[in-house]
Parts: sequence; structure tokens; C-alpha cells
Amino acid sequence: MTFAQRVLSRASGTNACTGDIVNAKVDLAMSHENSALVLRSFREIGAKRIWDPRKVVLLFDHRIPANTIKTAEGHKEVRAFARSEQLPNFYDLGEGVCHQVLPEKGHVLPEMLVVGTDSHTTTYGALGAFATGIGATEMAGVWATGEIWLKVPETMRIHLRGKLPAHVWSKDVILHIIGSLGSDGADYKCVEFVGDAVSRMSIASRMVMSNMSIEMGAKAGICYPDRKTQDWLSTRTDHKWEVDLSYQTAEADEELEMDVEELEPQVACPHTVDNVVPVGKVEGIKIDQAVVGSCTNGRLEDLAAAEGVLRGSKVSKDVRLIVVPASREIYIEASEKGMLSSLARSGAVIVNPGCGPCLGGHQGILAAGERCISTTNRNFRGRMGSPDSEVYLASPETVAMSALKGVIADPRGR
Amino acid sequence: MISGRVWKYGDHINTDLIIPGRYLDNYDLKHLASHAMEDVDAQFSKNVQAGDIVVAGRNFGCGSSREQAPLALKAAGVNAVIVGSAARIFYRNAINVGLLIIVCPEAERLFEQGDTAEIDLAGGILRNTRSGMTAKFTPPPAFLLEILEDGGLVPHLRKRMGSAPR
Repeated sequence: MTFAQRVLSRASGTNACTGDIVNAKVDLAMSHENSALVLRSFREIGAKRIWDPRKVVLLFDHRIPANTIKTAEGHKEVRAFARSEQLPNFYDLGEGVCHQVLPEKGHVLPEMLVVGTDSHTTTYGALGAFATGIGATEMAGVWATGEIWLKVPETMRIHLRGKLPAHVWSKDVILHIIGSLGSDGADYKCVEFVGDAVSRMSIASRMVMSNMSIEMGAKAGICYPDRKTQDWLSTRTDHKWEVDLSYQTAEADEELEMDVEELEPQVACPHTVDNVVPVGKVEGIKIDQAVVGSCTNGRLEDLAAAEGVLRGSKVSKDVRLIVVPASREIYIEASEKGMLSSLARSGAVIVNPGCGPCLGGHQGILAAGERCISTTNRNFRGRMGSPDSEVYLASPETVAMSALKGVIADPRGR
Repeated sequence: MISGRVWKYGDHINTDLIIPGRYLDNYDLKHLASHAMEDVDAQFSKNVQAGDIVVAGRNFGCGSSREQAPLALKAAGVNAVIVGSAARIFYRNAINVGLLIIVCPEAERLFEQGDTAEIDLAGGILRNTRSGMTAKFTPPPAFLLEILEDGGLVPHLRKRMGSAPR
């Protein structure tokens, strides 16, 4: 049985085979600002109550603090609902971006079936959960019934071998994979990232790959739980979990191999995530803005990498550097380690934990003709503002080096 | 038989092109409709008419989980979307908001902008009224057709649960 078959068999009480459509019981259901839209559909359905309030997590991260009156009204409506229903897991706007906050707060465990009204819900796969994105109305159905139909996906197992070279990160690995497979190269599949390169990665680094699995169409992107997963979770939850790793040897529908030892820093060029080249091909392109943060790369190791590049230096006078810690916990830790003050001295604008400018809502919207290099996960036309702006995607170290030089720059060239 | 005028687009039309993130703070349907496809075709929202059909290539609706993408198309009057392939969340969202979505790899070659498309849902046949050419497709499974016939997931669940809007 593959990982996907195992989780979906348990969740549906059936012997789930690839291609089957099963009715699965959801273990965890996450929504952010679009809870307002979920709530609207939930009320229209007319269900009396949420099937299991303990399994629902709500928070705001996309537009925090509220950037418009409309946003404020949405927040207000959801806040009132969370209070009236006495939802135990409502975090409001203080904690940060959902895909960091849910794992941090111990909501995500291996082999859980998690759905979220956000495409990057795949992030939780880094802890060995089967996690996937759904829409708001579908979430209203989950709130009402606790169930969802799911097609049991094929498994694409990607073996990552070798030691990453200095200044090359899991972000470069996943960008390279997406560039090779294309934006629909893993459509509907459960991608498993395995191998010694993954074992060596921190949980934060694994989250980067699981997060961006959706950018090649994957339904889920998982890493097998191991000792690191256990250590990471042990400080965050008292829940006991047992893992049967029999699925590691189950036959996958597709097996791919990649040696990471020779990998160079990668950059995804406008306007698709699969438009990926080694950094050398785009070196010297002038930038106006640089962003370090998001559910992809706003964790402590990411801020540390950026700070390491910039320490004692100033960001190019022609570049605005925006730093967005992924969560309150990370913000505090980075602050206590002196990273935030160091980044601020280098000229960074540090904004509150959340999604920041990633989706073009606020906190760094681009004007026509402007160019940004960012650690986020999407560079679609108009993603970060004007449809006539450009977004390049790269690792925190590449972004920081580019901010320093004022042009896209190779982090190995210090 | 469903028929409508074709708006034709290419591969990888993502959710941010269908409805940009900058408009998502307002859930008003007219607002969403007025910005549908804005960054890929400024003429679309101005000239789209009730009953029109969007035809596109591979990986339509890739990207975000935003339900506003199929909602914006539906609110603009689009009656059906015919695509070479669909991103999984968009596909689910379309059905859930009651927007018919047909997957047919040949559709892109079958239709040009402005043609009239006919969809025989039960028979699984697409037809171009101008050229007379046809293509076969696999209709969505019965349980999804039922959601579509009920008008989307909300009315479908209401029927199943015997509930009324609160």
C-alpha cells in the first residue's frame, strides 16, 4: 500500500486503490481569510453546527492587519462566528501564515488527512500528513459533514541523492524539479520526496518542497516521517502518533531520481513557476524589490541565510528589501538572535508575520515596469501587483545577494 | 443540448489570470465578474454574454484554490468551460459552484474564437456548428453530474441533509 492509499483507506474505511473515488473523513480543516466565503456557503447549506469544532482551525494571514474596509468586514464576520461557536482553534491575526502556524501549534501529525482552503496546504506533507487544497464551498461541506470525496492519487516518488553544495537550498531543488517536470508534471499525483538528501534536510527545508508541490499540480507532496519529524513534533504536541513505514517500500507508479551534488542556485523567471534557469543565466538583471518570507521561505533558517548575506552591509540603494517572518514564533526567535535588528540595519523593511506581498494584496505591491525577486512560490503575471510587473523566484540567499547587488546575483559569488 | 459562443484561450491559464488577487477582498459577484480574465484579455468582461463558453488548453485554472476563479466566470455569464486538462482544485471548485466543466484534449483544435460550441452532455460529444466537426469526451461521473444538476454543492447538500438556509 502506498502512503496515499494507506491514509485514504483509513480515512474512508475502505481498501482504497489508486483511481478509486472514496468518501473520506477529514482529520483537520484549515481556512484563512476565505473563512468568510466558507461561512457564507455554510449558512446557505443550513447545517446546524460544525461537525467537530476541534478539527477546524481558523486564522487570518492574507491581509493582516486589515488593509481595506472590505477585508476588515470579512475579519469581523469570521471573528464573531468563531466566538459564537466557541471555536477552540481560532488564532485571529497575530500568529502568522497558516502553513507555519498549524504545524507550530501542533495541529498537524503524520498520516493525518488535512484539507485547507489554500492551495499551499500541501506544506503539511513535510510532516508526513496527506494535505491538500480545496475551495471555500467544498470546505463548507466539510464543516457540515466532516467528509470529502477524493480520488486516490497515483504516487510519484522522487529520490534525491547526495549532499547539497554550499549556498544551494531545498528551494533550488524544488525549483529545478518543477522546471524539469512542468507546471502540470505531477497533476493529481501524490509526490513523495525521499532519499538521503531529504533525510539531511531540516523540517523547514522539507516544508519548502512540500509547499511548492502544488506548482507542478501535485495533490499532495510528502516526506516520510523520521527522527527529525519526531523531535520537531515532540515540543509541539502531546498527541501520540505511530508510523508504519511499510509504504516506503510500496510500488510507486513513477520513480524519478535526482543527484543534488552538482545543483546550482535556481531562479524561476516570469511569468510561470516552471520557467526555471540556473542563476547564471539571469545574473545582472536589475531589480526594484526583493522579498524574503512567506509560507515557502519565511522560517528561521531562511531569515538567517538572508541575514548572513547582508550582515554589516547595506541593501543596494535602488532596491526595497521586504522581510516577512512566517510566524510570531519565528519573529520572536529571529528578534532574540539579533537577526531582525541586523536586517533592519542593512536597510530591510520588516513587516508583521503573514503572507506579506506574496499575493499582491498589500505590503509591497509592484508598479508597472517594476521587477521583484522573491522567496515566495508564485510568479504569475500580476501576482504581486501590476500585470506589467515581473516576479522572479529564488532561495533566500539568492534573494538577499540580489538585494545587496541591486541585480539578480549568484549567492556563491561572495 | 448546451450551446454558446466560444471565448478561446491557450494553455496554463492560471487562477491569478482568471481573477487577480488584488480583487479578492470583495466577494461581490458583479465585482468579480467585472474583473474576470482581466490580465489575459481586457475585452472579455466587457463583451462576454450570458451563455458563452470558455475553451482553453492544458492545465486550466492552475495555481490558487480561490473559488472566485470559477465564480467570476459564472458570474460573468459563462455557461460552461471546456478545457484540454484542468488543475484539480479548479475542477472541484467549478463543479461546487455549479459551473459545467468538460475535459477534452481535442477541444482546443475543434474551436476558434467566436465559434458556437454545442455540448451533448449525455452523449459525450462536442460539436462546432460552423465547421460541423465533433469530438468525444468522457462526461463527469454521475455523482458530480448530480451536484451540477442540483446547481452546485450548496443546494446539493441542502437537498441531501433536508436543511434550509440559515
